[in-house]
Amino acid sequence: MRTLLRLWPYVRPVRARLFTAAFVAVLASCIGLVIPLVLKWMVDGPIADRDPAGVWLGALYLLLLGLAEALLFGFRRWLVARPLSHVEAEMRAGLYRHLQRLPIAFHDRWASGQLLSRATTDLMLLRMFLAFPLTFLLVNGVTILVGVIIMLVQDWTLGLVILVPAVPVLITCVVFEKQYSRAARQAQDQVGDLTTVVEESVLGIRIIKGFGRHRSQARAFRELSGKLRGTELHKARLLATILGIIVTLPELAIGAALVLGAVQVADGELSAGTLVAFLSTALALRWPVDSIGFLLAMSQEAATATERYFEVMDAEPESGTTPSAGKQGGSREGGLRFENVTFRYPDAPEGSPPVLDRVDLHIRPGESLALVGATGSGKTTLTALVPRLHEVTEGRITLDGRDIRDMSREELRSRVAVAFEEPTLFSATVGENVLMGGGSGAEDLERALAVAQADFAHALPQGTATQVGEQGLSLSGGQRQRLALARAVVGRPDFLVLDDPLSALDVHTEAAVEAALRRVLADTTALIVAHRPSTVLLADRVALLSGGRITAVGTHHELLRGNAEYAHLMSGGPAEELEEQR
Amino acid sequence: MTAATTAPVRDEDDDRSPEQGGGDPFDRDVLPTPPGATGALLRSLLAPMRGRVALTALLLLLQQAAVQAGPLLVAYAIDRAVPAFRVSDHGPLIAVAVGYLLCASAAGALQYAFITASARVSQDVLLDLRGRIFRHAQALSVDFHERYTSGRLISRSTTDVESLRELLEEGLQELVMTILSAVYISVLLLWLDLGLGAVAVASFVPLYLLVRSYQRRAQRVYRKRSTAIAAVIVKFVETMNGIRPVRAFRRERANDADFAVLNRRHERTNGDALLEMARYVVGSRVTANTTVALIVLWGAYRVAGQTLALGVLAAAVLYLRRLYDPIDRLGMFLNSYQSAAASLEKIAGLLAQTPSVPEPAAPRELPGRRPGLPGREVVFDDVRFAYRTGGEVLPRFRLTLPAGQTVAVVGSTGAGKSTLAKLLARFYDPSDGRVLLDGVDLRDLTGRDLRREVVMVTQEAFLFSGTVAENIAIGRPEATREEIEQAAKEIGAHDFIAALPDGYDTDVRKRGGRISAGQRQLVAFARALLADPAVLILDEATSSLDIPGERAVQRAMATVLKGRTAVVIAHRLSTVEIADRVLVMEHGRIVEDGSPDELIGGTGRFADLHRAWRDSLA
Repeated sequence: MRTLLRLWPYVRPVRARLFTAAFVAVLASCIGLVIPLVLKWMVDGPIADRDPAGVWLGALYLLLLGLAEALLFGFRRWLVARPLSHVEAEMRAGLYRHLQRLPIAFHDRWASGQLLSRATTDLMLLRMFLAFPLTFLLVNGVTILVGVIIMLVQDWTLGLVILVPAVPVLITCVVFEKQYSRAARQAQDQVGDLTTVVEESVLGIRIIKGFGRHRSQARAFRELSGKLRGTELHKARLLATILGIIVTLPELAIGAALVLGAVQVADGELSAGTLVAFLSTALALRWPVDSIGFLLAMSQEAATATERYFEVMDAEPESGTTPSAGKQGGSREGGLRFENVTFRYPDAPEGSPPVLDRVDLHIRPGESLALVGATGSGKTTLTALVPRLHEVTEGRITLDGRDIRDMSREELRSRVAVAFEEPTLFSATVGENVLMGGGSGAEDLERALAVAQADFAHALPQGTATQVGEQGLSLSGGQRQRLALARAVVGRPDFLVLDDPLSALDVHTEAAVEAALRRVLADTTALIVAHRPSTVLLADRVALLSGGRITAVGTHHELLRGNAEYAHLMSGGPAEELEEQR
Repeated sequence: MTAATTAPVRDEDDDRSPEQGGGDPFDRDVLPTPPGATGALLRSLLAPMRGRVALTALLLLLQQAAVQAGPLLVAYAIDRAVPAFRVSDHGPLIAVAVGYLLCASAAGALQYAFITASARVSQDVLLDLRGRIFRHAQALSVDFHERYTSGRLISRSTTDVESLRELLEEGLQELVMTILSAVYISVLLLWLDLGLGAVAVASFVPLYLLVRSYQRRAQRVYRKRSTAIAAVIVKFVETMNGIRPVRAFRRERANDADFAVLNRRHERTNGDALLEMARYVVGSRVTANTTVALIVLWGAYRVAGQTLALGVLAAAVLYLRRLYDPIDRLGMFLNSYQSAAASLEKIAGLLAQTPSVPEPAAPRELPGRRPGLPGREVVFDDVRFAYRTGGEVLPRFRLTLPAGQTVAVVGSTGAGKSTLAKLLARFYDPSDGRVLLDGVDLRDLTGRDLRREVVMVTQEAFLFSGTVAENIAIGRPEATREEIEQAAKEIGAHDFIAALPDGYDTDVRKRGGRISAGQRQLVAFARALLADPAVLILDEATSSLDIPGERAVQRAMATVLKGRTAVVIAHRLSTVEIADRVLVMEHGRIVEDGSPDELIGGTGRFADLHRAWRDSLA
């Protein structure tokens, strides 16, 4: 429950309204408690005295109080409606903003279903908590307190009788809170897991269909949803127990008060009006008391939701610039330089070998270097270090002599453009997708499309204004790859990192792209991950990555002749085989 | 995304015309829902639990009876027991004490029984609904998934189901309880005093009107809200799944801004919904409190005139409190009802989609595989394919692939190669003509049979959560660990898998489980190999492999898949070397067809392509 305090910074901006609303609600509730007193006054006064004018007056009081109560309740809701939606939206925007800035390693670890359920279900729970339990736990507390005082003032013996169940009810609430909290957390996590299965089954639909595996997917889904059902039922049983107790004990007390009161009225020690007022007060307190169980349950769920929310919010975002203190030595040469770079994933098991082990590599200004290595040798990881998608564990990377950690990410990423192996397009137009890479206006767009041989874009239904991505036209792998390439070159970056940029292209297109790309590469410093000789030939030199280290650097032909591993990677057979083919 | 604001506003009835203002329903988050589909869905969900719903209702009936006895006992105590006690008749008061004790205990016990019983009903309904959405989404064809975004599909089975859960768990029992207590109390009031009871009953008329108008207004708001949250989800999922390019291209700020717009739209509709609620609460409270004042006025007048007992007035006032107290909660119910109705409508719309690739009504069996020749013959019999929106992709053609033949399909992007593959895998059905597998129309095969015989490996190699072994076993779930490892070895994936922290048991989403794109493709291949199909389709399935990887795959194909029918789509002509036959496609037509040697030796396009490729190998 303490975790709920962490919501304060988000609630703070709307605190004035929230407090006013709580105050208004307390006021409205107290008005509800005054009504029995008016009744008492009527029963013991005008009714007993047969005074019609007094009856009219009493009814008028009741009407006015009733109207006031109604307006205050409405006013409370009006006060919080917009602010609470705003708090929810702010928290969601905050989560989104934060997630966008968390290290890539974080995203590798977290299924996006778990993130999504935090952004939707959990935040909805929090809004509901702020709207009801938060206010009403206070309001009901005050109402019960005032009601009990009124009852004690009316007749202290009856009042004490009513108070008797308070202790067992409180104890039950405390015990219940703990158990319910555990169950609530479990249920929310299970919802997250279920969301993950749903998401994967949608994203991997072609595989599931291709192998006819809907049944096993459905079984996994059924198992998880069955578990969730079990947890929910457990929650329901807990809730039923607490509600049973909360309903029964006070009701028993009211019954006792009724009998005792009736005896007192019969003995003439109590007026009939007081008994009526007393009982209507007790009954008016029923909802405040009954609802405590459900309010606590909601608060508990909100506490769990808060915990889940802050699990993500507490993760450290990418650090900004981390000055490479004292490491200014070394060369001030230009170009892109890896110096003694070692990399190990931050979450890798202890003692596992690093992915990259003391890599030294220098790409001179304007030069392009191809990076070749077996599948899984760490080529993609190496490229991810340049735009600081991952941070080097040891050593450093310099751009024109400056350590990349001394630059802001903004600056670094504006100087380095990347085309990923998996070409992701966003829900936007073709033009917007390409221009994300920088550049401005139609001229740059045209040039980039020409380089990437992506002229097909003009033939799309609305040309470069055609929507693509999640919510638009689906393009083929080759088309997406060419647009991703266009995006990388559109801003005329100083440094270009291409991860197997032509893998999905057919031979003719590839040849055309290569010809155009060569002109771009002529004056760009570039690192190109390559699987094929044709891609390698785009570059001036080649580096071979093997076992986490750079084992050879040279021209394609040099390595082909002098390095067996390289020859194997480029031809599939031993080096001689290729020689024979010539 | 202006859909949310420009979508035509409808009344509460489901009489929508299938086409609204034209346009593709997929562009907006609205699928055509047949009239009455929502109601039918709800009925079909509840029908199997009729008995338990009845039991739950009975429990509630008894519980309310126990609860509502209270004020009646108060009236009895004041009007009968007190005078009796004065003349030393203690009987009535003891009766009151015993009665109260019984009612209170019964109310508590019944409350417990009711909550657990209703939770079971609602959880079973949810289980059923979740399962239905999931299975239906899985059954819908690939072309549906290509148009209906994953974010929307996810929001159908998460937030939309969630709002139904709220309705079932909180709303529905509130409604039944409210209605039931209203009936009980009305009857009791009428019985206590006809006049006072009649006033209370009369107040139902304005309350009913209020509820109606609230419902009408709230429905509009809720429909907008549900669309708004779906848009938020789509954006969220897209960003998280594309986080690398988001970072590399510094999209964070632009995304923040885009997200803010969608988020704010949701915030606004959310606020609108809450304000509607506030308006309703004021209206219903005013009506209720005015009625109370009227009844007290009239009742007190009559008590003063001695035509009404004081105890009756007291009971009436206590009852009124209970009668009107749940009205706010009725609003809360309507609240969850509205959002659930909006959600249910969307779910019904999804469930009403029929797979464009349906299961056969009368499935046919395939003949047994011939011994020694695991492949099957494929015939495209006068097949033509065009998208439903128009635009012909493949003009009418005939093509026979004999059993056991390996066919390479080459051609530039957009030539129709993938469409050909998707027709063969029955991701699509042809617009005209038939695709035959050993003489049997694919449409006559059950999904189960078809998927056992025809397997397609695509370029996108998606891995599911779970271990590497589990991911391979998707090909054949009953496979043993040895078979899984065997498949991985044959395809050249064993080495890298064995090097992972937990080998085959490495969780692909956990520590150290990072797997490169090329390795994912190898896993996908191992999966396909394990499936042991008669026809294997590879759609650019080697694009992320390096040359040794591709060679290993080819070697495996040459040996393990010997005798199977294979269709290989690749722009890397290295694949062609293992093919028996090459098809060159252009603009949806097969322009060249022959053995690799024939075509290379000729002067056609393939000879060109092959020369270009040779050159590229340098």
